[in-house]
Amino acid sequence: MARKDTFINMTMTLLVITAVPAILLGFVYKFTKEPIIQVKKDNLKKSINLVVPGADKGTVTEFGVKPAEGTDSLFFYEVVVNEVRIGTAVKSYTDKGFAGRFTIMVGFDTTGNIIDSDMLEHKETPGLGDKASKSKTTWNEQFKGKKPGEFKLLVKKDGGDVDAITAATISSRAYCDALQRAFDTYSAYYKLNSESVSTTDKAKGGNE
Amino acid sequence: MNQWKNFTKGFIRENPILVLVLGTCPTLATTSSAINGISMGLATTFVLVGSNVVISLVAKMIPDKVRIPAYVVVIASFVTIVDLTMQAYVPAIYATLGIFIPLIVVNCIVLGRAEAFANKNTVLSSLVDGVGMGLGFAMALGVLGAIREVLGSGALFGMKLMNQGALVFVLAPGAFIALGYLIAVVNKIKK
Repeated sequence: MARKDTFINMTMTLLVITAVPAILLGFVYKFTKEPIIQVKKDNLKKSINLVVPGADKGTVTEFGVKPAEGTDSLFFYEVVVNEVRIGTAVKSYTDKGFAGRFTIMVGFDTTGNIIDSDMLEHKETPGLGDKASKSKTTWNEQFKGKKPGEFKLLVKKDGGDVDAITAATISSRAYCDALQRAFDTYSAYYKLNSESVSTTDKAKGGNE
Repeated sequence: MNQWKNFTKGFIRENPILVLVLGTCPTLATTSSAINGISMGLATTFVLVGSNVVISLVAKMIPDKVRIPAYVVVIASFVTIVDLTMQAYVPAIYATLGIFIPLIVVNCIVLGRAEAFANKNTVLSSLVDGVGMGLGFAMALGVLGAIREVLGSGALFGMKLMNQGALVFVLAPGAFIALGYLIAVVNKIKK
């Protein structure tokens, strides 16, 4: 039956049995590396284009911005078409999800209106919290064209303007939290608080 | 050995989930919908077939004392292949199964078949055993996923059937309840 349990036998067996798969896995890694990167790039591009339509025709610059609250940086994807900034996609997150952190992508136009938003990576409950995602329902369409500040990013139960998902209030709250973090960071970065928002912004857009 | 009997035993007689009750963690976690259950089952089938074949080939050359680490290395290699391939070519399914794909390494069905079957039998028998057991696993996961999807979210394979389902079936307790009843039904059939 099996070979004898001598020290040399055992060592050699383990050496061979780890070395051979290691080489094979190296090849698998090499072949799948490109497609995996491509998939990630495509997904990112798709989600940017969803929240800032026209992003595929312009140039997208990526940079991180630290939010006032929260530990991690948000990613900004600034979309410039014909030397004018048409909007910025912001990858935001929340830690208040039903199953911990989830990320969203939200696009703002130059005056701070939400163009559109969608959920990215999440672990929300299938059939409930995942309804916040565009792939499931049209729930997050209600944020389209709204301006945070005028449109209160709180569910109606908490005195806000957002219709929560039935039986998924926590996920809805978390989604609002992520939107709010994105908007706060966005308006701080582009200094949207002054009245001459559009003019300063145009000047800024021209410089880029 | 009768290969047909060897093949069919995984479906009802020795079904890994419904009779042997092995690998319940991925079973309960990934069966929130039929398509997730089936994808998980097929990924496991690939690993099971691959590891069964390789282990039945090399079992005689491996000293007894180091056989478990050796099997685990073989299994882990196949799991990594599945993991990378799914990430590259079926990213949507990979996104929902995520962490449970790497966890196939510690799925006791896979190591169980290596230890209980593949290291004592011929390559052909082990191959048939792997296919049968794997498809039996996939079938059980698919059925369980379909039951939970219909009762929990009122849909089947993503198609809406009813407006509202019973929330509990989407969550973990519903998985236990559905699995319990499924095992009861299979036990009845077997008798």
